[in-house]
Amino acid sequence: MANYKIAVLGDKDSVLGFKALGLSVFPAENVEEARRTLHELAKENYAVIYLTEQYAAGMGPEIARYKDELTPAIILIPGKDGSLGIGMANVKRAVERAVGADIL
Amino acid sequence: MPAINVNPTRQELTRLKGRLKTSIRGHKLLKDKRDELMKQFMDVVRENRALRKKVEEGLMRAHGSFTVASALMSSEMLEQSLLYPKQAVELDMTFQNIMSVNVPIYHFRTKSDDAGEIYPYGFAATSGELDGAVDALSGVFQDMLKLAEIEKTSQLLAEEIEKTRRRVNALEYVKIPQMQEAIKYISMKLDENERANTIRLMKVKDMLLKEAIEGKREADVRAVEAFGGHLENPESV
Repeated sequence: MANYKIAVLGDKDSVLGFKALGLSVFPAENVEEARRTLHELAKENYAVIYLTEQYAAGMGPEIARYKDELTPAIILIPGKDGSLGIGMANVKRAVERAVGADIL
Repeated sequence: MPAINVNPTRQELTRLKGRLKTSIRGHKLLKDKRDELMKQFMDVVRENRALRKKVEEGLMRAHGSFTVASALMSSEMLEQSLLYPKQAVELDMTFQNIMSVNVPIYHFRTKSDDAGEIYPYGFAATSGELDGAVDALSGVFQDMLKLAEIEKTSQLLAEEIEKTRRRVNALEYVKIPQMQEAIKYISMKLDENERANTIRLMKVKDMLLKEAIEGKREADVRAVEAFGGHLENPESV
Protein backbone atom coordinates (compact mmCIF):
# COMPACT_ATOMS: atom_id res chain seq x y z
CA MET A 1 0.00 0.00 0.00
CA ALA A 2 1.65 3.13 -1.21
CA ASN A 3 1.62 6.26 0.82
CA TYR A 4 -0.25 9.06 -0.76
CA LYS A 5 -0.17 12.73 0.02
CA ILE A 6 -2.77 15.41 0.37
CA ALA A 7 -2.33 18.75 -1.32
CA VAL A 8 -4.08 22.04 -0.80
CA LEU A 9 -3.99 24.42 -3.73
CA GLY A 10 -5.28 27.96 -3.66
CA ASP A 11 -4.47 31.54 -2.89
CA LYS A 12 -2.01 32.05 -0.10
CA ASP A 13 -4.37 33.39 2.53
CA SER A 14 -6.87 30.60 2.05
CA VAL A 15 -4.47 27.71 2.24
CA LEU A 16 -1.91 28.84 4.80
CA GLY A 17 -3.76 27.34 7.72
CA PHE A 18 -3.69 23.86 6.29
CA LYS A 19 0.04 23.87 6.64
CA ALA A 20 -0.34 23.57 10.39
CA LEU A 21 -2.23 20.32 9.91
CA GLY A 22 0.67 18.81 8.04
CA LEU A 23 -0.80 18.92 4.56
CA SER A 24 1.24 19.92 1.55
CA VAL A 25 0.30 23.45 0.74
CA PHE A 26 0.80 25.00 -2.69
CA PRO A 27 -0.04 28.69 -2.80
CA ALA A 28 -0.66 29.99 -6.31
CA GLU A 29 -0.72 33.63 -7.33
CA ASN A 30 -3.16 33.26 -10.21
CA VAL A 31 -5.24 30.76 -12.13
CA GLU A 32 -2.47 30.11 -14.64
CA GLU A 33 -0.06 29.12 -11.91
CA ALA A 34 -2.69 27.01 -10.18
CA ARG A 35 -3.30 25.18 -13.43
CA ARG A 36 0.37 24.37 -13.83
CA THR A 37 0.66 23.24 -10.24
CA LEU A 38 -2.42 21.05 -10.56
CA HIS A 39 -0.92 19.15 -13.47
CA GLU A 40 2.31 18.67 -11.61
CA LEU A 41 0.51 17.42 -8.52
CA ALA A 42 -1.57 15.01 -10.56
CA LYS A 43 1.60 13.41 -11.86
CA GLU A 44 2.92 12.83 -8.37
CA ASN A 45 1.21 10.61 -5.87
CA TYR A 46 -1.29 13.03 -4.45
CA ALA A 47 -4.52 11.19 -3.78
CA VAL A 48 -6.52 14.21 -2.73
CA ILE A 49 -6.12 17.76 -3.94
CA TYR A 50 -8.19 20.41 -2.26
CA LEU A 51 -8.68 23.35 -4.57
CA THR A 52 -10.26 26.66 -3.71
CA GLU A 53 -13.39 27.49 -5.66
CA GLN A 54 -12.02 30.88 -6.64
CA TYR A 55 -9.39 29.18 -8.78
CA ALA A 56 -11.57 26.26 -9.76
CA ALA A 57 -13.92 28.66 -11.50
CA GLY A 58 -11.29 29.28 -14.16
CA MET A 59 -10.07 25.70 -14.40
CA GLY A 60 -13.10 23.78 -15.64
CA PRO A 61 -11.41 21.64 -18.31
CA GLU A 62 -8.50 20.70 -16.05
CA ILE A 63 -10.82 19.52 -13.31
CA ALA A 64 -13.03 17.63 -15.72
CA ARG A 65 -9.96 15.80 -16.97
CA TYR A 66 -9.31 14.19 -13.61
CA LYS A 67 -12.93 13.65 -12.73
CA ASP A 68 -13.15 10.11 -14.04
CA GLU A 69 -9.72 9.05 -12.81
CA LEU A 70 -9.27 7.25 -9.55
CA THR A 71 -6.54 9.61 -8.41
CA PRO A 72 -6.33 12.42 -7.76
CA ALA A 73 -9.65 13.37 -6.25
CA ILE A 74 -10.00 17.09 -6.77
CA ILE A 75 -12.23 18.45 -4.07
CA LEU A 76 -13.37 22.05 -4.15
CA ILE A 77 -13.32 24.00 -0.93
CA PRO A 78 -14.43 27.55 -0.35
CA GLY A 79 -11.59 30.05 -0.25
CA LYS A 80 -11.27 32.91 2.19
CA ASP A 81 -13.77 34.99 0.21
CA GLY A 82 -16.56 32.53 0.77
CA SER A 83 -18.24 29.80 -1.17
CA LEU A 84 -19.16 30.36 -4.79
CA GLY A 85 -21.46 27.36 -4.83
CA ILE A 86 -19.38 25.58 -7.45
CA GLY A 87 -18.87 22.59 -5.20
CA MET A 88 -22.58 22.15 -4.65
CA ALA A 89 -23.21 22.69 -8.36
CA ASN A 90 -20.81 19.85 -9.09
CA VAL A 91 -22.74 17.52 -6.83
CA LYS A 92 -25.86 18.53 -8.67
CA ARG A 93 -24.18 17.93 -11.99
CA ALA A 94 -23.15 14.43 -10.92
CA VAL A 95 -26.79 13.67 -10.18
CA GLU A 96 -27.86 15.02 -13.53
CA ARG A 97 -25.23 12.98 -15.23
CA ALA A 98 -26.31 9.78 -13.55
CA VAL A 99 -30.05 10.17 -13.48
CA GLY A 100 -30.64 12.50 -16.39
CA ALA A 101 -32.44 15.05 -14.26
CA ASP A 102 -31.84 16.82 -10.98
CA ILE A 103 -34.11 14.90 -8.67
CA LEU A 104 -32.86 16.12 -5.32
CA MET B 1 -37.61 -2.05 -44.31
CA PRO B 2 -34.30 -0.95 -42.87
CA ALA B 3 -31.20 -1.95 -44.69
CA ILE B 4 -30.48 -5.45 -43.49
CA ASN B 5 -27.18 -6.76 -44.60
CA VAL B 6 -27.26 -10.40 -43.67
CA ASN B 7 -26.98 -13.58 -45.63
CA PRO B 8 -30.31 -15.39 -45.52
CA THR B 9 -28.77 -18.70 -44.57
CA ARG B 10 -29.61 -21.16 -41.88
CA GLN B 11 -26.16 -20.77 -40.35
CA GLU B 12 -26.59 -17.02 -40.04
CA LEU B 13 -30.01 -17.55 -38.50
CA THR B 14 -28.61 -19.83 -35.81
CA ARG B 15 -25.83 -17.36 -35.10
CA LEU B 16 -28.25 -14.44 -34.83
CA LYS B 17 -30.58 -16.36 -32.56
CA GLY B 18 -27.67 -17.09 -30.24
CA ARG B 19 -26.64 -13.47 -30.24
CA LEU B 20 -30.16 -12.32 -29.54
CA LYS B 21 -30.38 -14.63 -26.57
CA THR B 22 -27.09 -13.30 -25.19
CA SER B 23 -28.16 -9.72 -25.79
CA ILE B 24 -31.43 -10.17 -23.97
CA ARG B 25 -29.66 -11.73 -21.05
CA GLY B 26 -27.01 -9.00 -21.09
CA HIS B 27 -29.69 -6.36 -21.22
CA LYS B 28 -31.40 -7.78 -18.19
CA LEU B 29 -28.15 -7.98 -16.23
CA LEU B 30 -27.11 -4.46 -17.17
CA LYS B 31 -30.50 -3.17 -16.20
CA ASP B 32 -30.16 -4.78 -12.79
CA LYS B 33 -26.69 -3.32 -12.48
CA ARG B 34 -27.98 0.13 -13.36
CA ASP B 35 -30.76 -0.08 -10.82
CA GLU B 36 -28.44 -1.18 -8.05
CA LEU B 37 -25.85 1.45 -8.94
CA MET B 38 -28.56 4.06 -8.88
CA LYS B 39 -29.65 2.97 -5.44
CA GLN B 40 -26.10 3.19 -4.12
CA PHE B 41 -25.56 6.48 -5.89
CA MET B 42 -28.59 8.11 -4.33
CA ASP B 43 -27.34 7.20 -0.86
CA VAL B 44 -23.86 8.48 -1.60
CA VAL B 45 -25.01 11.69 -3.17
CA ARG B 46 -27.32 12.52 -0.28
CA GLU B 47 -24.46 12.04 2.12
CA ASN B 48 -22.25 14.06 -0.18
CA ARG B 49 -24.57 17.05 -0.08
CA ALA B 50 -24.91 17.00 3.68
CA LEU B 51 -21.19 16.61 4.20
CA ARG B 52 -20.30 19.33 1.73
CA LYS B 53 -22.58 21.73 3.48
CA LYS B 54 -20.99 20.87 6.80
CA VAL B 55 -17.43 21.21 5.48
CA GLU B 56 -18.14 24.49 3.76
CA GLU B 57 -19.61 25.93 6.92
CA GLY B 58 -16.69 24.66 8.99
CA LEU B 59 -14.17 26.07 6.59
CA MET B 60 -15.89 29.42 6.49
CA ARG B 61 -15.65 29.58 10.26
CA ALA B 62 -11.97 28.66 10.14
CA HIS B 63 -11.34 31.28 7.46
CA GLY B 64 -13.12 33.80 9.62
CA SER B 65 -10.81 33.08 12.54
CA PHE B 66 -7.84 33.29 10.24
CA THR B 67 -8.89 36.67 8.99
CA VAL B 68 -9.10 37.90 12.56
CA ALA B 69 -5.73 36.34 13.36
CA SER B 70 -4.09 37.93 10.34
CA ALA B 71 -5.54 41.26 11.35
CA LEU B 72 -3.96 40.96 14.77
CA MET B 73 -0.63 39.68 13.55
CA SER B 74 1.63 40.85 10.77
CA SER B 75 1.50 38.69 7.70
CA GLU B 76 5.21 37.87 8.03
CA MET B 77 4.68 36.76 11.58
CA LEU B 78 1.70 34.65 10.61
CA GLU B 79 3.58 33.02 7.80
CA GLN B 80 6.54 32.38 9.98
CA SER B 81 4.40 30.73 12.63
CA LEU B 82 2.97 28.28 10.19
CA LEU B 83 6.03 27.76 8.03
CA TYR B 84 7.33 24.60 9.66
CA PRO B 85 4.55 22.26 10.65
CA LYS B 86 5.18 19.80 13.44
CA GLN B 87 2.42 17.58 12.34
CA ALA B 88 2.49 15.51 9.15
CA VAL B 89 -0.28 13.57 7.56
CA GLU B 90 0.12 10.44 5.56
CA LEU B 91 -2.63 8.97 3.53
CA ASP B 92 -3.34 5.36 2.82
CA MET B 93 -5.71 4.51 0.08
CA THR B 94 -7.56 1.25 -0.31
CA PHE B 95 -10.29 0.43 -2.75
CA GLN B 96 -13.78 -0.73 -2.29
CA ASN B 97 -15.70 -2.39 -5.04
CA ILE B 98 -19.24 -1.14 -5.54
CA MET B 99 -20.85 -3.03 -8.39
CA SER B 100 -17.49 -3.36 -10.15
CA VAL B 101 -16.67 0.30 -9.66
CA ASN B 102 -13.50 0.82 -7.70
CA VAL B 103 -13.91 3.65 -5.25
CA PRO B 104 -11.20 4.91 -2.96
CA ILE B 105 -11.26 4.73 0.81
CA TYR B 106 -8.81 6.96 2.59
CA HIS B 107 -7.18 6.27 5.89
CA PHE B 108 -5.00 9.01 7.17
CA ARG B 109 -2.30 8.77 9.72
CA THR B 110 -0.89 11.67 11.60
CA LYS B 111 2.73 11.56 12.50
CA SER B 112 2.03 12.30 16.11
CA ASP B 113 -1.06 11.51 18.12
CA ASP B 114 -0.73 14.46 20.41
CA ALA B 115 -3.57 16.86 19.69
CA GLY B 116 -1.42 19.79 20.81
CA GLU B 117 1.03 19.08 18.03
CA ILE B 118 -1.05 20.94 15.51
CA TYR B 119 0.27 24.24 16.77
CA PRO B 120 3.66 24.53 15.17
CA TYR B 121 4.58 27.73 16.95
CA GLY B 122 5.32 29.10 20.33
CA PHE B 123 2.39 30.76 22.03
CA ALA B 124 4.34 33.79 23.13
CA ALA B 125 4.49 35.63 19.83
CA THR B 126 1.16 34.64 18.34
CA SER B 127 -2.35 35.69 19.04
CA GLY B 128 -5.01 33.43 20.49
CA GLU B 129 -7.15 33.77 17.39
CA LEU B 130 -4.59 31.81 15.43
CA ASP B 131 -4.97 28.92 17.86
CA GLY B 132 -8.70 29.05 17.34
CA ALA B 133 -8.31 29.09 13.57
CA VAL B 134 -5.92 26.15 13.51
CA ASP B 135 -8.14 24.29 15.91
CA ALA B 136 -11.20 24.90 13.73
CA LEU B 137 -9.31 23.68 10.69
CA SER B 138 -8.17 20.49 12.36
CA GLY B 139 -11.74 19.92 13.47
CA VAL B 140 -13.05 20.19 9.97
CA PHE B 141 -10.24 18.21 8.42
CA GLN B 142 -11.70 14.83 9.32
CA ASP B 143 -14.87 15.77 7.51
CA MET B 144 -12.89 17.11 4.59
CA LEU B 145 -11.24 13.77 4.09
CA LYS B 146 -14.56 12.00 4.30
CA LEU B 147 -15.91 14.49 1.79
CA ALA B 148 -13.06 13.71 -0.60
CA GLU B 149 -13.87 10.03 -0.37
CA ILE B 150 -17.58 10.47 -0.88
CA GLU B 151 -17.33 13.06 -3.58
CA LYS B 152 -14.92 10.95 -5.60
CA THR B 153 -17.19 7.96 -5.09
CA SER B 154 -20.19 9.86 -6.35
CA GLN B 155 -18.27 11.10 -9.39
CA LEU B 156 -17.08 7.62 -10.27
CA LEU B 157 -20.51 6.12 -9.71
CA ALA B 158 -22.11 8.82 -11.84
CA GLU B 159 -19.76 8.00 -14.66
CA GLU B 160 -20.47 4.29 -14.38
CA ILE B 161 -24.21 4.83 -14.27
CA GLU B 162 -24.05 6.97 -17.35
CA LYS B 163 -22.09 4.29 -19.16
CA THR B 164 -24.39 1.50 -18.04
CA ARG B 165 -27.48 3.48 -18.96
CA ARG B 166 -26.17 4.04 -22.45
CA ARG B 167 -25.47 0.37 -22.87
CA VAL B 168 -28.90 -0.61 -21.62
CA ASN B 169 -30.55 1.82 -24.00
CA ALA B 170 -28.39 0.79 -26.94
CA LEU B 171 -29.31 -2.84 -26.37
CA GLU B 172 -32.95 -2.17 -25.73
CA TYR B 173 -33.69 0.24 -28.53
CA VAL B 174 -31.12 -0.55 -31.19
CA LYS B 175 -29.34 -3.87 -31.00
CA ILE B 176 -32.17 -6.16 -29.95
CA PRO B 177 -34.79 -4.79 -32.40
CA GLN B 178 -32.19 -4.93 -35.16
CA MET B 179 -31.46 -8.55 -34.49
CA GLN B 180 -35.13 -9.44 -34.24
CA GLU B 181 -35.69 -7.76 -37.56
CA ALA B 182 -32.82 -9.66 -39.13
CA ILE B 183 -34.08 -12.95 -37.73
CA LYS B 184 -37.54 -12.26 -39.09
CA TYR B 185 -36.08 -11.36 -42.46
CA ILE B 186 -34.01 -14.53 -42.66
CA SER B 187 -36.76 -16.88 -41.56
CA MET B 188 -39.17 -15.31 -44.03
CA LYS B 189 -36.61 -15.58 -46.79
CA LEU B 190 -35.98 -19.21 -45.90
CA ASP B 191 -39.70 -19.99 -45.86
CA GLU B 192 -40.04 -18.29 -49.19
CA ASN B 193 -37.24 -20.42 -50.63
CA GLU B 194 -38.91 -23.51 -49.27
CA ARG B 195 -42.19 -22.65 -50.95
CA ALA B 196 -40.45 -21.84 -54.22
CA ASN B 197 -38.81 -25.23 -54.10
CA THR B 198 -42.08 -27.07 -53.54
CA ILE B 199 -43.75 -25.24 -56.40
CA ARG B 200 -40.84 -25.99 -58.69
CA LEU B 201 -41.06 -29.68 -57.85
CA MET B 202 -44.79 -29.71 -58.49
CA LYS B 203 -44.29 -28.02 -61.84
CA VAL B 204 -41.60 -30.49 -62.89
CA LYS B 205 -43.81 -33.37 -61.87
CA ASP B 206 -46.68 -31.91 -63.94
CA MET B 207 -44.46 -31.58 -66.96
CA LEU B 208 -43.21 -35.14 -66.66
CA LEU B 209 -46.75 -36.42 -66.30
CA LYS B 210 -47.89 -34.52 -69.35
CA GLU B 211 -45.04 -35.93 -71.40
CA ALA B 212 -45.88 -39.44 -70.32
CA ILE B 213 -49.57 -39.02 -71.25
CA GLU B 214 -48.66 -37.53 -74.58
CA GLY B 215 -46.31 -40.43 -75.37
CA LYS B 216 -48.95 -42.95 -74.42
CA ARG B 217 -51.55 -41.29 -76.58
CA GLU B 218 -49.29 -41.33 -79.62
CA ALA B 219 -48.59 -45.03 -79.07
CA ASP B 220 -52.36 -45.71 -78.96
CA VAL B 221 -52.97 -43.84 -82.19
CA ARG B 222 -50.20 -45.78 -83.89
CA ALA B 223 -51.56 -49.10 -82.61
CA VAL B 224 -55.11 -48.37 -83.83
CA GLU B 225 -53.85 -47.29 -87.25
CA ALA B 226 -51.78 -50.45 -87.58
CA PHE B 227 -55.00 -52.50 -87.37
CA GLY B 228 -56.55 -50.38 -90.15
CA GLY B 229 -58.85 -48.56 -87.83
CA HIS B 230 -59.33 -44.93 -87.43
CA LEU B 231 -59.88 -42.95 -84.38
CA GLU B 232 -62.48 -40.26 -84.76
CA ASN B 233 -61.22 -38.27 -82.00
CA PRO B 234 -57.80 -39.28 -80.70
CA GLU B 235 -58.12 -36.86 -77.86
CA SER B 236 -60.97 -38.82 -76.28
CA VAL B 237 -58.97 -41.95 -75.71
